[in-house]
Parts: sequence; C-alpha cells; structure tokens
Amino acid sequence: MSEAILATHHLQKRFGAVIATEDVSIDLRAGEIHAVIGPNGAGKSTLIKQICGGIQSDDGWVELMGRDVSKLNTQKRARAGLARTFQISELAMEDSVLENVVLGAMGAKGSPWQFWRAALKTPHLIERAEAALERVGLLSESETRCAQLSHGQRRQLEVAVALTLSPRAFIMDEPMAGLGAEGSKQLTTFLDGLRAEAPILLVEHDMDAVFALADRISVLVYGKIIASGTPDEIRASGEVRDAYLGDTL
Amino acid sequence: MRIEERFVNATVLVGLLGVPLWALMIEEPFTITLATRAVILALAAVGLNVILGVGGLVSFGHAIFFGIGGYAMGILAFHAQTYSELDLGLFSTSGTNSMPVIWLVAMGFSAFSAFLIGLLTLRTSGVYFIMITLAFGQMFYYFAISWPSYGGEDGLSIYVRNDFPGLNTLVPFQFFALCFVILCVVLFIYARLQASPFGLALNSARQSRARAETVGLDPMRIRLLAFVISGAITGLAGALFADLNRFVSPTMFSWQLSGELIVLIIIGGVGRLMGPVIGACLFVALEHFLGGFTEFWHVFLGLILLAIVLFARGGVIGLLTGKEGAHV
Repeated sequence: MSEAILATHHLQKRFGAVIATEDVSIDLRAGEIHAVIGPNGAGKSTLIKQICGGIQSDDGWVELMGRDVSKLNTQKRARAGLARTFQISELAMEDSVLENVVLGAMGAKGSPWQFWRAALKTPHLIERAEAALERVGLLSESETRCAQLSHGQRRQLEVAVALTLSPRAFIMDEPMAGLGAEGSKQLTTFLDGLRAEAPILLVEHDMDAVFALADRISVLVYGKIIASGTPDEIRASGEVRDAYLGDTL
Repeated sequence: MRIEERFVNATVLVGLLGVPLWALMIEEPFTITLATRAVILALAAVGLNVILGVGGLVSFGHAIFFGIGGYAMGILAFHAQTYSELDLGLFSTSGTNSMPVIWLVAMGFSAFSAFLIGLLTLRTSGVYFIMITLAFGQMFYYFAISWPSYGGEDGLSIYVRNDFPGLNTLVPFQFFALCFVILCVVLFIYARLQASPFGLALNSARQSRARAETVGLDPMRIRLLAFVISGAITGLAGALFADLNRFVSPTMFSWQLSGELIVLIIIGGVGRLMGPVIGACLFVALEHFLGGFTEFWHVFLGLILLAIVLFARGGVIGLLTGKEGAHV
C-alpha cells in the first residue's frame, strides 16, 4: 500500500450542539481517487474547510506529506500543495478566463510581489496558464470574461486554476454539480487521467461518476464516517444502503 | 456610443493641458489655478483609486493622508520661514523650502501612517471598513484642531510657495506644469501597477477573497501594500495642495474631503485609469461655474452623482466607452 499524501486524524468540529464532524480519519494515497459521499448536511463541506483551511478544527489534525498543516491558514495550505475547487464557483467574474488562470500560476510561483511587468505579458505565467486551459479544453475561451462563461465552463475553469498550482493533492467539492450528462462524462474521463498526477479527494453527489472513478469511497453521515472501502464493498454494505443510497442501487 | 478608452484618456489629458495653455495665452491666471486644483484633486483621487477601485475597499478616511501631506509641507515650510528649529528628539532641523524634500517627507509619513492604520483596519471590509477609516479620519482631524503649535483650528499660512529646482513656482503655469507632470507620472505608475501580477492579485481578492486564498495568495498583505501605496500618493497630493493654497488647515483632514474623493472616483469611473481625473475636472468646473450662481452648488453635484449611480454605473468613462466595469 502506498503512503498517504494527505491524511486527517480524528477531526472534530461542533457548532453549538450540532456535531459537524466527529472523529473523521481518512487518507488519500498517491494515484488514487478517494470519494467522500453522504447526504446533504452530512458535514462534507465542513470537512473540506477543515482540510483546506477556513474552519479551525476543535480537535484532530491534518497531515500533508507527513507534515501537520492544521495550524496553517488557507493560503499557506495552498502553497503547501492543496488545490481546492469549489462547489459554487469562486472565480474573479469580471476578469477574463486567462486572468483567472494566470492568478493560479502566480500563486503557484508564490509571488504577487511584481509591480512593473504586466501579468499578461509575463511568459512563464502565460505558458503555465495556457497549458492548464488547454488541458481542460478552455484555451479558445481565454479572452472571454468569466461572467459570460456557461456554468459548465466555469466548472472547467475551476479545475484549470487548480491545475496551475501543480498541487500534491486535489480537493474537489462537487465538480460535477450542475453539469449535463455530457459534461459529467467528459469531466469523469478527465479526472480519471488526473489521478496519476496527484490524488483526488472527491466530494460528489453524482453516483455514476463516483462509482466510475473512485478507488475508495468513504460515507459520511451526521459527521461520522460510517463506512469506508472499495466501491464494491460500499455497494454491498447494508448500513450505507439504509443511511444514504436507498433503493437506487 | 462606444469610444476607445485610450482615446478618451488621451483627450482628457490633452484637454487638461490645453485649458491652462489657453488661459496662459489670454492671460487668465485664475483659470490656471483652477486647473492646478483639478490636477491635484485628481492626483489625490488616483491614490484612493488604488485601494477603492482596484482593491474594492472604500476608504472613508483618505483625507488623513491628504492632511498629513499638507501638514508635512506646512510644518517644514513654517520652520523654514520662521527660522525656528524643529526638534525631533534624535535630531533637529530648521525646516525646508525644497519641494522634492517636502514630497519625500509627505509620502514617507503618509505611507507609514497608512501601514499602521491598514494593519488595524484591513481586517474588516465593507461597511465596517468604511466606518473604521472614518473614525481614524476624525481622530486626525481633531488632533490637528487641538495642535496649537501649528495654528490649531486656524491653520498655518505659508507666505511663499516652496521651491523646485529650475522653476519659479510662483508663476501659475509653471506650478501647474509641475503638478501635471507628477499626475502623468503617477497615472503611468497606476496603469503599470494595475496590470502587474500585484494588481491582478489585488483585483481578484476584491472579487473573491476565497479564490485568492485558494491559490495561495495572502489578501491581507496584498491589501496592506495597496493601502500604503494609496496613502503615499494621496499624501503627495496633500503636499501639493497645501503649496497651491500656501495654507494648511485641519479641513484637509475633514471627512467631507474623504467623501469628495470618493465622489470624484464614482463620477469618473471606479477603478478606471482616468476616472479620478475626469471626476476632479468635473468637480472643479461645477464648483467654479455653479458656485458662482449659488452657494448650494453641491445640490447639483448630488444630482449628477445620483444620475451616475442610477444610470451609468461605470461613471463618465463607462458611459463613453460603453463598458460598465463598475463595482463597489
């Protein structure tokens, strides 16, 4: 078994009386896609924020490449190698597609502290940005204002920005959300290839995609991991069926 | 109607240079003074545009830096004209009449204050940022009022305009030209800054803080530096403004001035290179022409502002170029 790139240890978070995550320990190994599924309100978004920064855990810690990153803020975790994509697109809507990706390239290079040369005339930023756009198939839209993109294209752009970071691990929050059947299929194929580059922690509602992609699946219900295993094991689990999957499978 | 933004920008600068040139020919020195006033207010607003336009943070306390620039000039020139020592503890100086030195001091102190104020205020945003910067502005205002060594409420008069090597700054057109060149240089710097990686980061942190953080950028630091640059530019404008009037008073710190700077930018176009310049020209023109008819000319300014906010979100530039691009 390969070593864990990313691991959470006994993560805990309460909001008042509500337990958002309870003793969540999951790991992400090189080359795999680990899907986290669960009903609405299961605490998936909270878990992502605990991993990527934004919510301070009450207890437990997060390790990236064996290093405890729990005390770091979001931007430092990003620089350490965590690339997150958002469920609801977080993009600079007034800017062009290219500018959004160049921003990622800047972050990857660790420096916004350049004041004179135009960002869009800086060859190494442009190269990196265009390479990412080409991979997600958005290169032809690079001049388009982000606000004018279709929903699906915004999802692609989110992924492209994450690519520019050359991260150690991807954390993707429902990348398929709102994509049509065709879009989901394309993205599924793309993520399938991406896992070789860096492992993906995939939070997703689209069960077709999850079962097609995941090497392992963890099921989160009321903040607790109730089952974890290969897609076949999860499919076979009675507990999961009761809690979440219902009769659809 | 769509006009290239470059063309609009060039026209504004040519016009701003042309009016005083024309006034020079028909010997109307007062018009030159008005144009100088427009240029200096534009410069102050270009400073504010860095943090407000690009950074999206509405500073309602930018008069602080305008006032600091003004008092830097006032205090240095006061000691020079009274031949008195300014004792700063570590060393003392007898003031100076040299504009370049005054500008450096003005920008240095403005930048330093912006750094300290920014450290405290930039943790907030939106309405809270507006209120806390206003509060700082009021602190400086009341401090200036109760500072008897430098005129207190009455302010300080400086009898002779300060010197710039090679120029006779008392000749209106020469002082105008000096201010105009400074404005052009600062506009050039602003344009470069806005397009640079730093400008891109500042701009995207305004649109989505989460986005900036997720790619590993630190919005707080980026905004702090922008606030410092912004303060330094407005401070420089303050020093020039004091020299234009040869007078410094606490009104330079007033919240009305902070508000006027914001209004200039909104009228011209938020975050646009020439927005503040167009706003300042209109403001000074209205103040002059309508001010001649009625004391209450601000009413008309208010109406224009209302029209712009309701019907032309991109300000005058947005209206001319057909691109909105307005935020805030």
